[in-house]
Amino acid sequence: MTASTPAPRLSLRDVSYGYVGTSVNVLQGIDLELAEGRIVGVVGPNEAGKSTLCLVAAGLAPLAIGGRLDGTVEQDGVDTRTLSAGDLGQRVGILFQNPVTQLSGTSVTVYEEIAFGPRNLGLPLGEVATRVEWAADLVGVRDLLPRDPARLSGGQAQLVALGSVLALRPGTLVLDEPTSQLDPLGTRLVGDALADLAAETGTAILMVEHKTDLLARMADEVVVLVDGKIAKSGLAAEVLADPALPALGVEPPSDVRLRGALAEAGISFDPSWGPASGVQAAVGARE
Amino acid sequence: MVPFVLATIPLVLSIILINTFLFPGATDTIVSIGPLAPTWTGLTAAAQATLRVLAFALSVAVFSLTTPTDDLLTDLERRGVGRRAVFVIGAAIGMVPRLVERAGEIVDSQRARGLDTEGARWRRVRGVVPLAAPMISSALTEVEERTLALEARAFSAPPRRTTMRPLPDDSQQRALRWGLLVFVVVAVAASVSGALGIP
Repeated sequence: MTASTPAPRLSLRDVSYGYVGTSVNVLQGIDLELAEGRIVGVVGPNEAGKSTLCLVAAGLAPLAIGGRLDGTVEQDGVDTRTLSAGDLGQRVGILFQNPVTQLSGTSVTVYEEIAFGPRNLGLPLGEVATRVEWAADLVGVRDLLPRDPARLSGGQAQLVALGSVLALRPGTLVLDEPTSQLDPLGTRLVGDALADLAAETGTAILMVEHKTDLLARMADEVVVLVDGKIAKSGLAAEVLADPALPALGVEPPSDVRLRGALAEAGISFDPSWGPASGVQAAVGARE
Repeated sequence: MVPFVLATIPLVLSIILINTFLFPGATDTIVSIGPLAPTWTGLTAAAQATLRVLAFALSVAVFSLTTPTDDLLTDLERRGVGRRAVFVIGAAIGMVPRLVERAGEIVDSQRARGLDTEGARWRRVRGVVPLAAPMISSALTEVEERTLALEARAFSAPPRRTTMRPLPDDSQQRALRWGLLVFVVVAVAASVSGALGIP
């Protein structure tokens, strides 16, 4: 391996996983690589194994929930099965759908909530304070620091949960539908914070997301997961424009759907047109 | 302070009534009212038991009114109590308002689907059953998700947690604590040896 091709932040090779007490593998033969600063989106129908993929990629399966893992999952070239919980937390962070369950429930202020992870690592108080302020600025919740975490809106709570994970400064971030409970403004806030994070800190992001419009805006690559297997993968623009996407249970982004509708109506479409002017020009051409 | 004392009223009332009127073997009747015969022995026993209950209620009141939960947990942690134990205490205390809130949401949604949660008492009692199942199942689901989220935030990491804010503890407070401890030991010893004359 040369200096120009560093080890990927996250690497899954021929990974299969089954939960405790079942004989079926929820994931089968998954190969996936995530380089520094890259955002990879994961889409797929319900029960495709997306959340399981998150747990496996984050090292929580089998470390925290048990189960059978075949193949290798590596963070920065280190097998996750050899890592302790403390090491794992500093290498990979995970954010789930429900903001409420991700807050510790024991902190009286947002400040303490974000400090929860760094304190678990036993860092000096000055370093804890530095990390809390850094993470709060990164996700834009500095104004919320003195507030009670139990009294935040869904979007605010999710940003605090994201900040709490980032305070551990993980090289990789795994997100399981982080915007599913957020309104359009909350979705935009979280999306922008994540894009900035990848660009500014080189954090590699694996993101399960139903909102393909968000992925079209943020992701470098997209993986389509169906029945625990990767059905398609590639550059985000190509995968999200694939006409087979609806048949796989994934709704394409709105611009792809619009182009499809225009084509179906027999209206010629020039891809160089901007989103709004494109529609006007297309409609004008038809008239 | 008042709510703590009010909370003892049902217990104190039953202590006074049962002891005063039904003290076994007592014959020093205060006054006979038909079949009722309150006794001095019973009344004295009731007064002693009431004082004990009040002492207990007031000690809980003093503790809860002078010690913010947050400070208690911080200090327990500083004194070496394991982070899991501290977390369990903190989460249990923090869970109460959330469960109350959730119960309200479940009652509202079930009322919207026609469940009678007002009116006759037996109907309201019957309404508790469909409330309990979703309360418990949602609380358990939350526990699983929260466990994973905490694990990902290095909850099981070995080092001792960083103490956020050292609590002020001056020499007067320390002297008072030790003084109270000595007082308790002396009082218990005096009471056990019969020096205080308390039965």
